[in-house]
Amino acid sequence: MTALLSHWRRAKLQFFALVSGLALATALWSGVQAINAEARASYDAAAASVGEAQFDQLVPRAGDTVGQDVFLALRLSGWQVSPVLEGRIGTPAGAVRILGLEPLTAPGALAPVGMTDGSGLQDFLTPGVFFASAEVANRLAGAVEQRVVIDTDIAPGLAITDIGIAQRALDQPDRISRLIVARDQPMGLPPIDTIAPDLVRQTARDAGAGRLTDSFHLNLTAFGLLSFAVGIFIVHGAIGLAFEQRRSLVRTLRALGVPLRTLVGLMIAELVVLALVAGGIGIGLGYLVAALLLPNVAATLQGLYGASVPGALQLRAEWVLSGLAIALAGSGIAAFAALWKIARMPLLAAARPRAWSVATGQAAWRLAALSAVLLVTAGGIAIWGQGLILGFALLACLLIGAALFLPLLLHGAARTGSALSRSALWQWFWADTRQQVPGLSLALMALLLATAANVGVSTMVSSFRLTFVEFLDQRLAPELYVETEADRSAELEAFLQSRARETLPLLSIETDIAGVPSELYGVRVGPTYREDWRLLDGGAQAWDRVADGSAAVVSEQFARRAGLWLGDPVPIAPGQSPVIAGIVADYGNPLGQIVLSEPLFETLFPGEVPTRFGIRTSTPETLRQALIDEFGLPPGAITDQTRIKAFSLDVFERTFAVTGALNVLTLAVAAFAILMSLLTLAALRVPQLAPAWALGVTRTALGQLELLRAVALALVTVLLAIPLGLVLAWVLLSFVNVEAFGWKLPLFFFPAQYALLAGFALGAAALAALWPARRLARMPPSELLKVFANDR
Amino acid sequence: MIARICALLLWLPCTVAAQGFAGLGTDAEGFAVPQPDPQFTFPEDHGAHPAYRIEWWYLTANLQSADGTEYGVQWTLFRSALAPETREGWQDPQVWFAHAAVTTPERHLVAERIARGGIGQAGVTAQPFRAWIDDWHMAGPDLDELTLTASGDGFRYRLDLVAQGPLVFHGQEGYSVKSALGQASYYYSQPFFEVQGTLLLPEGEVEVAGSAWLDREWSSQPLAETQSGWDWFSLSFESGDKLMGFLLRDEAGTSYGSASWITAAGQLTAYPDGAFEAEPLRLHRVAGRDVPVAWSVRLPDRGVDLTVEALNPDAWMAVGIPYWEGPVQVRGSHQGRGYLEMTGYESRD
Repeated sequence: MTALLSHWRRAKLQFFALVSGLALATALWSGVQAINAEARASYDAAAASVGEAQFDQLVPRAGDTVGQDVFLALRLSGWQVSPVLEGRIGTPAGAVRILGLEPLTAPGALAPVGMTDGSGLQDFLTPGVFFASAEVANRLAGAVEQRVVIDTDIAPGLAITDIGIAQRALDQPDRISRLIVARDQPMGLPPIDTIAPDLVRQTARDAGAGRLTDSFHLNLTAFGLLSFAVGIFIVHGAIGLAFEQRRSLVRTLRALGVPLRTLVGLMIAELVVLALVAGGIGIGLGYLVAALLLPNVAATLQGLYGASVPGALQLRAEWVLSGLAIALAGSGIAAFAALWKIARMPLLAAARPRAWSVATGQAAWRLAALSAVLLVTAGGIAIWGQGLILGFALLACLLIGAALFLPLLLHGAARTGSALSRSALWQWFWADTRQQVPGLSLALMALLLATAANVGVSTMVSSFRLTFVEFLDQRLAPELYVETEADRSAELEAFLQSRARETLPLLSIETDIAGVPSELYGVRVGPTYREDWRLLDGGAQAWDRVADGSAAVVSEQFARRAGLWLGDPVPIAPGQSPVIAGIVADYGNPLGQIVLSEPLFETLFPGEVPTRFGIRTSTPETLRQALIDEFGLPPGAITDQTRIKAFSLDVFERTFAVTGALNVLTLAVAAFAILMSLLTLAALRVPQLAPAWALGVTRTALGQLELLRAVALALVTVLLAIPLGLVLAWVLLSFVNVEAFGWKLPLFFFPAQYALLAGFALGAAALAALWPARRLARMPPSELLKVFANDR
Repeated sequence: MIARICALLLWLPCTVAAQGFAGLGTDAEGFAVPQPDPQFTFPEDHGAHPAYRIEWWYLTANLQSADGTEYGVQWTLFRSALAPETREGWQDPQVWFAHAAVTTPERHLVAERIARGGIGQAGVTAQPFRAWIDDWHMAGPDLDELTLTASGDGFRYRLDLVAQGPLVFHGQEGYSVKSALGQASYYYSQPFFEVQGTLLLPEGEVEVAGSAWLDREWSSQPLAETQSGWDWFSLSFESGDKLMGFLLRDEAGTSYGSASWITAAGQLTAYPDGAFEAEPLRLHRVAGRDVPVAWSVRLPDRGVDLTVEALNPDAWMAVGIPYWEGPVQVRGSHQGRGYLEMTGYESRD
């Protein structure tokens, strides 16, 4: 035992590589898991309070609310339904989402907060109580007359109260947003359509946010796995080396009579302890990573999908355990081959010190063959595959396939280099490089994956950004946005008549169309729409046809989800099916969008009065003052375009801040992998370098050559990484995006960025190689001489 | 029987702080308190009394199908006030509960409804008489002629009821004392309904006929604090006579009893504590509790000595606050049928 452990004392660096590699891998993995677990727990809290997950819902066919009498009619006919009213109230510290429930009819599992024992029911019904998280409770205090009770189980941003209280707080007397349908219903009920024709039944779990946020988490998980894979490369390298180096020790111990079983058992035990220690450190680090990233993730989810996640992290058993499990599994996978070899090693086999696992060119060919299979699979998925999971499978095949192809490419490069060189020194350099490829290839694969992921994701983000800014310019064309009460709507329009270049009423309602949750807009077709809205698809007459009421312009998400395209009729109401005349981009919106002309909208929804207007003007500041001074609008009711744009861009920037941070981390891990591989190889390579030194190559020159070799290998890797990254970006934009978000993005190229990234990657590799090279350059000649002294 | 609702009220905060204020006619929270020598006015008193804390319309029926199978049907509407008033809309402090059940020798199907007054989901009007919650109702031109409907998971029923006798008033002309401390309720019954109707059960439709008993009761101060549960019997004999009797069990192991002997013609004789005796003969384990499902029941003054046995010992009402309620068969000095309700049997698990 002591003998076995003494190895680690001798090879402190290897020990460090093993533990830190495993710890880093676990850290990234468990960090991502922690973020996911936290976000999921918040959705569950939200779902449990809202009932979206477990119960069917009846939602208005059109509009945001229906009259309460529908609830009564359904109850009096026997249907077990419970009303819900949702809305937002503004407080000085920000808006709060209010959820009004009816506790007496709400299905059992919904039993509102803190009332399962019934103790608070009386207060809840009258005079009324709001339940909310501490942060929301602070915001609400003073904004509502009722008591606010802090309940940590309630989703962030949300306050729950009785429906009657909610109706008053939201100023929606006798209105409800939707009905929850209890799972058990009495025998022999009349069909819902005959009682409530204005409601549509949505089956449980149909809510869009779940699907959308799933894709985001899948994204994060994919990143976590990628990082873990990189970490496992490091661990595999470290364990492999450690075991190789201990072959002679194992041989000696066995010769001394220690049974093989005991030895292997001891080594396994040692690994388990190491894995647990490293996993523990990793979880601690992962917690830090998650705590740093969570506020960004929360902002992303809020911005993209409106799903609330608290910014604070809780230690949860699920990801702590999953982190430890993956650390154990990872080191198990990494060590299996090494242990297997030791177990099968003949007792008296020569304990030749050699670079670990001499993978020949043949091995590289085998890997390349496997890689070809994976790449073909990836191609197959790209052509025939559908669905988010397959999208990620495609990514996985692509990345692993490319990684496995790397050794062959490196061999090829070294061979070419060798063929091109004339001097003996350079020929030796290239031959030596080829010999090193197997030892370094795992670390280089890590570099390849990290660089490719970086190229891919930065291409996606930049493409997205470019498209998004252009999109914002189109959509936020009006210089001012104003909001007013419904009864001053007409007055405001009259006021603007002479003062604005163009007044655009923003009429919209949320509804389900062709089975897609959508927003229906009524717009005043004019120069703004004709000139500023770029159609992804559709003819020049699109807006004319919208104006005459025969057609609609829809968002790409809607078109894809509803399976409709140009020329198809959109069933918006019985007997009203305008055809699609144009398709526009609507990035970042989980709801579909259907744009109709204002007159058509008014015929369909005669009760809707515009309360928001977009204003085109060349003198926004003057008009703004006029609206405040002459018309008497409160300044808060007027928003200028630059602020909205800045806000939207901010949401967007935060969205990808998470991705960016993970990118930097993966690159760092890859650089670390190179450093560790080079350091461990360096010690082993002394015998190979000694003859070169003896032949007159100075130590400094040897060190420089080592550095050069590392950079050369990294260069080949990075050259493969850039096209791989671009393919990755293409998959993300045209495949994963469409599946996850429902829109396709144009791919833009950013050569300067790639050059910079390549520079970074090479720099990271050079930096990693610098230390071993310096050590070599300063190695005392006696060390090198020893090689000959000990030579067998 | 006033005690019935208290268990339900346990999950509404219900402070029994009534005693000291009984003489004043209201309790500490402003609820009216029953007074001796009541003067009822009908049909108004068939309707709701929102000034009182609790009230119910409680109907049980013993029915038979053509093939002789016995059935029991329960339909109960409870009113429970959070404040002694009514208000418009969701702010109404009147909360309504209802329980419906169908019992066969093999099955016991139960449903529960809860609703708030003020929005029209539940309530009671006196003229014409209509007591409803959701699609369940007990309604008719007056209390003598009613249609009764209810539905739940696995059952639905519709019964027509016609009264064959007068209303009867328990205790002192409808003022029914519930403890030695003087807690009381207003309590009258219509025990003479003849019933015909249809039960829809998982196995199909069944035509049934039989008799039903309606209890009306309201109060504000249901039980003394030490009272833990009760056993309540309503029995109809082949002679046409009827017996209502209950024992309110005390934590100390003693009990407070009361009984009414009702002749076939509708003459009621009230018996004070001590006259009515009931002792468990056999316990049955249901829902983790040991519940007496066979009883020895005596009213010596009338020569009554009976064995009362549950038609289905598993007639457990698995509702908000659970209790046992089901049809019983009566043998001994008198033959007949009836209903038994038992509350306060705690789970020992």
